Amino acid sequence: MNRTPILFLNVLVIATCGLVYELLAGTLASYVLGDSVTQFSLIIGIYLFAMGAGSWLSRFVEGELARRFVDVELAVALLGGFSAPLLFLTFAHLSYFQVVLYGLVFLIGAAVGLEIPLLMRILKDHLDFKELVARVLAFDYAGALIASLLFPIFLVPRLGLVRTSLLFGFFNAAVGLWATWLMRPLIGGRSVARLRAQAAVVMALLAVAFVKADALTSLAEDAMFADDIVYSKTTHYQRIVVTRNRAGFQLFLNGNLQFSSADEYRYHEALVHPAMTLAGEGGRAPRRVLVLGGGDGLALREVLKYPSVEEVTLVDLDPDMTELSRRFPPLAGLNRGAFDDPRVRVVNEDAMLWLETDGPPFDAALIDFPDPNTFALGKLYTTRFYQMLKRRLAPDAAVAVQSTSPLFARSSYWCIVRTLEASGLSVRPYYTAVPSFGVWGFALARRAPFEVPQRAPSVGLRFLDDRALPAMFMLSADLGPVPVEVNRLDNQSLVRYYEAEWRRYE
Amino acid sequence: MNRRGLSRRELLAAFLGAPFALAACGSRGAETPPLPEGDIVGVSDRVGHLIRDGHRPEPEAWERAGVVIVGGGVAGLAAAWRLLRAGFDDFVLLELEPEPGGTARSGRAHGVVPYPWGAHYLPAPRAENRALVALLDELGVLEGPDAEGQPVVAEQFLCRDPEERVFYRGRWYEGLYLHAGAGAEDARQLQLFNAEVDWWSAWRDTRGRRAFDIPVARCSDDAEVTALDRVSMGEWMRARGLTSERLRWLVDYACRDDYGLTAEQASAWAGLFYFASRVAGPGAEARSLITWPEGNGRIVRHLYEKARSRVRLGLAVADVREGVAAESAAVNSRDARGGVEVVAVRGDGGGSVGFRADRVVFAAPQFMTKYLLKSYREGAAPAHVAEFEYGAWVVANLFLADRPRAGFGFPEAWDNVLYESPSLGYVIATHQRGFERGPTVHTYYYPLTDADPRAARARLLSAGRDEWAEVALSDLGRAHRDMRTLTRRLDVMRWGHAMIRPRVGFQWGGARQKAQAPHGRVHFANTDLSGVALFEEAFDHGLRAAEEVLAARGVKSETMRG
Repeated sequence: MNRTPILFLNVLVIATCGLVYELLAGTLASYVLGDSVTQFSLIIGIYLFAMGAGSWLSRFVEGELARRFVDVELAVALLGGFSAPLLFLTFAHLSYFQVVLYGLVFLIGAAVGLEIPLLMRILKDHLDFKELVARVLAFDYAGALIASLLFPIFLVPRLGLVRTSLLFGFFNAAVGLWATWLMRPLIGGRSVARLRAQAAVVMALLAVAFVKADALTSLAEDAMFADDIVYSKTTHYQRIVVTRNRAGFQLFLNGNLQFSSADEYRYHEALVHPAMTLAGEGGRAPRRVLVLGGGDGLALREVLKYPSVEEVTLVDLDPDMTELSRRFPPLAGLNRGAFDDPRVRVVNEDAMLWLETDGPPFDAALIDFPDPNTFALGKLYTTRFYQMLKRRLAPDAAVAVQSTSPLFARSSYWCIVRTLEASGLSVRPYYTAVPSFGVWGFALARRAPFEVPQRAPSVGLRFLDDRALPAMFMLSADLGPVPVEVNRLDNQSLVRYYEAEWRRYE
Repeated sequence: MNRRGLSRRELLAAFLGAPFALAACGSRGAETPPLPEGDIVGVSDRVGHLIRDGHRPEPEAWERAGVVIVGGGVAGLAAAWRLLRAGFDDFVLLELEPEPGGTARSGRAHGVVPYPWGAHYLPAPRAENRALVALLDELGVLEGPDAEGQPVVAEQFLCRDPEERVFYRGRWYEGLYLHAGAGAEDARQLQLFNAEVDWWSAWRDTRGRRAFDIPVARCSDDAEVTALDRVSMGEWMRARGLTSERLRWLVDYACRDDYGLTAEQASAWAGLFYFASRVAGPGAEARSLITWPEGNGRIVRHLYEKARSRVRLGLAVADVREGVAAESAAVNSRDARGGVEVVAVRGDGGGSVGFRADRVVFAAPQFMTKYLLKSYREGAAPAHVAEFEYGAWVVANLFLADRPRAGFGFPEAWDNVLYESPSLGYVIATHQRGFERGPTVHTYYYPLTDADPRAARARLLSAGRDEWAEVALSDLGRAHRDMRTLTRRLDVMRWGHAMIRPRVGFQWGGARQKAQAPHGRVHFANTDLSGVALFEEAFDHGLRAAEEVLAARGVKSETMRG
């Protein structure tokens, strides 16, 4: 067979594809399940073991080796090519994810393990054993190098995980199709036509999926989100998307960034600790704390740092959000398992309707709602809302409210401040820089007038210290008050300010 | 598709217009899913028609009361409320329906929140309307006076924003006036119209009375104002060059919404009353609206609770006979001044009961006097009775399993209006409760504006539950394609005499004024005496009639009517 040298090119391609699938699986696993050391270790182990299993199984393949080889190529093309899209689709069902992941890795590994032994057996009549082993293995390992260089430098940044997966599936299928020419004499006449047709179908499927990758995994979002999506789900209330990049991962609700793991500590320390400090100023450390919104559990994490806290009630509309924060390893890791803390009680209800209920008073309340970009959210920033909240608070309780950006949405920010004041609260505006968001605003409030807390609590904080805490309350000139209306249920002024202000940035 | 042999296309053409019917039927054809379940709600007209046709059995038993109030709508309940405030409880209120409230009734069954069957809001009153302020204070709606002494309504009772949106050619827009696509000439005319309204809101007569005030009893009867009653709103607008299509639509919508009349039918007085009575003065914001999920049904419930022990439901008054000797309240002897006998038939057909009273507050519409008042029935009824014309309305409540898919444009509001429809669109009952998701109730309003009120009633009754359900779903379907599949149940109320029609010449033609005068011992109270159907008017007439009775009975009580 005089085409032998070209067959080694096949080995190279096969080897590259095999390693790409392995890397894809490892990357996806560490995105979703966190802990990349464990995940890569597991994926590599399973994959290599599966290759061994495949190699061993190759001894049961008798006769028609060339046809079997093409079959295996097409199987790898399908399994490997669709591996990333399939895994993306299973993110929404976390309980199956691991089963699908490891199962898929094993199947791909086993199929890839079949490839080289079959090929070597096909070539054994044309080459010395010495030559055969040397060349096949050399090309095999060279392919591994190519894959491991291409993957991080070109493939992930340029194509993304899904298209990379589909593209290499296509290459695998192309190898299969090409082999029908290279090994023409070894394959029966009728089989050739069938194999070519099968290869054409597989390649067409992968090509269509490649073109339609956006629609396939609703990766229209890929265009919107700069980074890879590791989780996405449309719940009854909102669209939840978790993305991942070099700096960590990010949570988006309806396309709006809620936090980035790289700098969320600045936001959550700023939201939680001034209010907790103020609430404890009377000498009685806060025991009962209310968190409204904040389904990511990150404000909870900060609250739970206080040993005085006996009970935290978190009210978040969306059970899918709080459940994700409890069970999705990247989120649960970031909030340090806050939802499994016995002090935490989760209520999945509309916060305003929940406030109508009765219960013992809270010593501190932390309000972490999404920005007021709909009327349904705008009501959670009204005088009526804050009056209902007051009813549930102890007389000297402290409240902190995330209040959008005083720089980008200055009227919106001051509207929230004035609305708190109109609800009979004493308010101190403050802000901090959160790189992912920009300049971010909060409001600290209590019934009676108060001085800004000066001493940061010693509960293990990364951002707030005795200098940073009071400094947050020094507003620069460009963040100063502007005349605004108070936000009420019957005027929803805030939503109107917010829409007008953020529209400028879109 | 229905027993009267109308095809769906004919039905829709009759109630929604031929072009719409063609489009609706052409696009969906035979694949239209079946109608949701539902009923015609409200007592059948059976008892009313029996009485109209002369069913007046002699009562099986007689009771006595100082005062009998005929009718448990807002006017009758207000009269009861006023009597009780004066410490007078020797009265009984008779209501034909099994529930009080008249056209301010509401419903509870099947819905996630209660919902209205008629009137669904009340503009926040000004301090001068002392009685209404007192009532709202009882309801816990007020937070006290502001710096200018005006009552402050607690936020949760004011209609939540967004209040209104209008659907036009596939897209929703905020507000009722269609700003989108308005040209310079439209804008100029809108400004001109607003200037006219401002001018009228600032207008005062020599006695300092406003041209348009609430209650209507406070309005000026100066010739300059009453002249407005002699032209239609449409003519008045044309005379001022106000021909802009979207302005004309807005004014026409206002007339249909408040009066069940088109701008060509309503008098200019009524048309301007709608706009000018709701602002304090030039440039002022229109007064905020007070509302509840069940609309004015909430106020009805309060008034009913107050008078509950004196209210008899399911008793249809069949006869009111004046000049009959009645037993005095104080001593069991003949009252020299005579009295009134009231005979009532049980709504369920089970017998009748008589009441001997000193006085009667007739808190039912004027048209019923010619059937119920013996002297009107047997002698000739006064000419003014025939002047009172009433519009026919359909109100449908749609029980939705979930919200319709968000369409293009502005999001869900309280009041959702379709620009290209003879209906008034729908109000969302859950809006004021703050339920933004999940099941809800939509209340759909459709006034029949036929020139002849009898023709309108005939048309109203020609269509049954299924036909009206088809009309409502097809109409709303143009804005919400999924309305039909989301609607689990659809109940229909057919109001034969829904509201007084303030057509040209009625307001200041004299009939209203004559009808307000007591007829012997019978005192009249109904919103129709104001010529416009508003809660405040019904309430004011209830107070007036009650105060007339109190004065006649010698009960000392300072007037609450300003």
